Amino acid sequence: MSDLRELYQEVILDHQRRPRNFHRLEDANRQAEGFNPLCGDRIHLYLRIEDGVVKDVGFEGSGCAISTASASMMTESLKGKTEAQAEELFEKFHDLVMGRQQADPAGLGKLAVFSGLREYPVRVKCATLAWHTLRAALQGSLETVATE
Amino acid sequence: MKTARGIDARESPDGGSSCDVQRIREDFPILKQLIHGKPLVYLDNAATTQKPRQVIESIVSFYSEECSNVHRGVHLLSERATRGFEATRSSVRRFIHARDDREIVFVRGATEAINLVACSYGRAHVRAGDEVLVTAMEHHSNIVPWQMLCAEKGAKLRVAPMNSKGELLLEEYERLLGPRTCLVAVTHVSNALGTVNPLHEIVEMAHRNGAVVLVDGAQAVQHMRVDVQALDCDFYVFSGHKIYGPTGIGVLYGRERLLESMPPYQGGGDMIASVTFEKTVYNKLPYKFEAGTPDIAGVIGLGAAIDYLQSVGIEKITSHEQDLLHYGTSILEGMPEIRILGTAAAKTSVLSFTVQGIHPHDVGTILDQEGIAIRTGHHCAQPVMDFFGVPATARASLALYNTRDELDALAAALRKVIEVFS
Ligand SMILES: Cc1ncc(COP(=O)(O)O)c(C=O)c1O
Repeated sequence: MSDLRELYQEVILDHQRRPRNFHRLEDANRQAEGFNPLCGDRIHLYLRIEDGVVKDVGFEGSGCAISTASASMMTESLKGKTEAQAEELFEKFHDLVMGRQQADPAGLGKLAVFSGLREYPVRVKCATLAWHTLRAALQGSLETVATE
Repeated sequence: MKTARGIDARESPDGGSSCDVQRIREDFPILKQLIHGKPLVYLDNAATTQKPRQVIESIVSFYSEECSNVHRGVHLLSERATRGFEATRSSVRRFIHARDDREIVFVRGATEAINLVACSYGRAHVRAGDEVLVTAMEHHSNIVPWQMLCAEKGAKLRVAPMNSKGELLLEEYERLLGPRTCLVAVTHVSNALGTVNPLHEIVEMAHRNGAVVLVDGAQAVQHMRVDVQALDCDFYVFSGHKIYGPTGIGVLYGRERLLESMPPYQGGGDMIASVTFEKTVYNKLPYKFEAGTPDIAGVIGLGAAIDYLQSVGIEKITSHEQDLLHYGTSILEGMPEIRILGTAAAKTSVLSFTVQGIHPHDVGTILDQEGIAIRTGHHCAQPVMDFFGVPATARASLALYNTRDELDALAAALRKVIEVFS
C-alpha cells in the first residue's frame, strides 16, 4: 500500500478527480491529438500562443488517473511559459519519469510527484502522453501522436 | 450451479470443483512465484495460459534427445522427430474430432491460420461485390485480414450485431446472409466478453446460403469439448499458447475438399512434390500449406498440452471453470461500483468489468501490486469497447488451475482499488 501511495499521491488523485483546464479552447491557434493504443487513452490539447508565449491552454479526452493528472498538471505549469521553456519542461519531465540520472526535480515544481513512476515502467507512457501531444502541438504537427 | 446454454457443466457433490485443483497447481511451476512479495494470482488466461511441467519437459526433451528436422532425413533422429510431429497431428485431429489428419495444418497461431484462409481461400474465391460477414464481437485478428481481403477484391465487410448482454443477434445475422455472402468468419467464444456463440445455428444458416464458415476457436478449445464435424464448420482455428502449450504454434483445421481446392499460402521446402525451374508440383495435404521448417518443438509441446488437457478431462475443466465463473460473477455483482460487461447466458470463464470512475489501467496497476495479474485494455477488440462505450475494461479470465480463494483475493484487491480512489 505504501508503494501505491508513492504512485497515487493525493495531488495526482486530486487532479484526476477535478482536472484543471479541462475544456476546449475556442480561440486556440495550435492543437494536437494524442492516443495511447495500448490502453485507449486519448487527449486533445489546445494552445493559444501569442508572441511565443503560452497564453492559454486546455485539454479534453479520457484516460487513466496518471494520464489525466499529468495532462491537468501540465496545463497548469504551461501558462505563461515561452515555447522554448515549454520544450525545456518536456525534457525535464521526460528525464524524471524515465528515471534518468540527470533528472532534476527542482525545476519541475509540483510535477515532481511523478517521480514515483520510475517504479512502474509500463505506466510511463500514461504520464508522457500529454507531453508528447504538447510537443506535436508546438511543432504544428497535424497527425495524431501515438505513444507506441 | 447454473448451467450455461451450450456448455456442459456438471454439478459436483461439494458444490465446488470436481477436479483436484491443488494437485493440478503442482504441475505449473510458475504458480509458485511471488509477485511483489505476494503469491501470484494469475487471471490473464485469455491472453495466454501458463504451461504445465509436462509441456515444458516435452520441449526440453525434444531439444536434448530428439532434435533434428522433420520429413527429411533417413537417420534415426529425424525419424523420431517426424514421428513425434505427426503423432501430434493425430492428437489434434482427435482433440477437435476432425475426420482426417490431412485436415490439420500447423501454423504459428490463430492469427496466421485466419490469414492463411483469407489469402488462399479468400483470394481464390472472393470477387468484387461479394460479402464477408463477421460479428460485432470479433478479435482484431478475425477482422483485419478480411478487411484487407475486401479492400483488395472490392468486396464488402458486413457485421452482424449483438445485444447489450454481448449475445449475437441471430435474426439480424440471418438477415445479413445473402446471395453475395461468400464467407462467414465468427468467433466460437468472445475473448473480451466470454460469450459462447450458437455455432450450430450460425453454420447451418450460412450453409443454407451457400457461404463457407471459418470459426475462430482461440478462446474455445481450452474450455469445452469441440467437435468440428458436429459443428459442420469449414475452417476452425486455434492457438497452442492459450491451451497450456507453447507460443508460436497453432492449428488450422480445414475441410479436406476445401483445402484441396485452395492454392498454397507460402512457397518453399516441404510444400512441394517436385520442383524444376519450369514447373513445381505441390505436395499433398497438409504439407502443401506447411512451407519451410516448422516449429517442431512447438508441435511437440502442443501435443503434450493436449495430452495434459485430456488427462485432466475436458468435461471436468468445463465444470470447474463454470463454477469459478458463477462464483466470480456473484462476487462482482455484489460490489455496486463494478459493472460487468458481457452477461450472455452462455459464457466461458471471462469476467470483463469496469470500476466506476476508475480507469482499468489504474485497476490493473493496483491489482498487480497485490500479485494479481489481469488484463486491462481493449483486448484487441476495439469495436466491442466502442459498442459498450468504454475505452477499455479490466478482464479476469479463469483457467483450470484457478481457485475460489483466488477470486476472493481479487475481490479484496478490488476493494483496495476503490479505497485508494475514494
Ligand atoms: C478470440 C481470439 N482470436 C484470435 C486470437 C489471436 O491469437 P494469436 O495471437 O495467438 O494468433 C486471440 C488471442 O488473443 C483471441 O482471443
